Amino acid sequence: MAPDMAELVIAAKAGDKQAFTQLVEATKADMYTLAYRLTGNAEDAQDVVQEAYIRAYKSLKRFRGDAKFTSWMYRITANCAKDQLVKGSRNRHDAIDETTEAVDERPGPEARLGTADERRVLAEALQSLSPDMRAVVVLRDVYDLPHDAIAAELGITEGAAKVRLHRARRKLRERLFPLRGEDDGREERARAV
Amino acid sequence: MQCDRVADRLPQIVDGVERAAPEVRAHVETCLRCQAELVQYRKLLKALRQLRTDFLEPAPGTVTAILAQLEAAGERGAMRSLLTGHRAAYLGGIAAAATAAGAAGAIVLASRGRRKMRLAG
Repeated sequence: MAPDMAELVIAAKAGDKQAFTQLVEATKADMYTLAYRLTGNAEDAQDVVQEAYIRAYKSLKRFRGDAKFTSWMYRITANCAKDQLVKGSRNRHDAIDETTEAVDERPGPEARLGTADERRVLAEALQSLSPDMRAVVVLRDVYDLPHDAIAAELGITEGAAKVRLHRARRKLRERLFPLRGEDDGREERARAV
Repeated sequence: MQCDRVADRLPQIVDGVERAAPEVRAHVETCLRCQAELVQYRKLLKALRQLRTDFLEPAPGTVTAILAQLEAAGERGAMRSLLTGHRAAYLGGIAAAATAAGAAGAIVLASRGRRKMRLAG
């Protein structure tokens, strides 16, 4: 039988390390997937997940239990991923903002979203966004976190989070579902390659 | 209303969190291009939500690594509290000694004062 998350949280808060281990086991794939989507690489995702669980363990007593444990962990993971990306950008000496967005010159996937590799194509499109835009759209549209929580964990205002979200949605829509006329430029670039 | 201005609003209203202004709704109801664009945004959101059920597995040994780090952090914490405890005991000892010295001084001064008063009397 699957462990009851709420009971495990209560036990872990009381100092039961085995219960915390079970919480990690039950949620690690979920958190690693989120970390991977936010950082875009396995090594950073691994570091983010470890740091997230360590922070969670240290602040477990402050977890009130009015939200789901997984939602609480999403927030911590998002915060750790933000720190990791900032650290990475310092090491690379380049800033993380919309201007550093990767430009994918390949022809767009368009109607291929309906095929079996839909999710892979979508995941690739997400990775083509800047880390800032990607974080907001992943947290909101994949993990359903509220705007205020996203803003708090990313250290930005709610208004800024919404602006990034709308820009990210637009870029994804243009890339994955271009309307007539929108893919002309991409075709020209593809022909030029 | 122009399609371009409506198109700017579509990514905001597609999830229903923000309500579309009446003029935007009126435009979308009569504009096939904007309707098509809204449908594409809905498809995008649906596809993004479906990603939620995809899981990647972290490297083997992740849990062990996390627990090892927690153990190490726990030991550092215990060491810190031990040192903090020793420091507190040391400072407490100094404070107690100072208080005792102060009290002894006050008793001596008080007894001298009483002796002077007796001699004067």
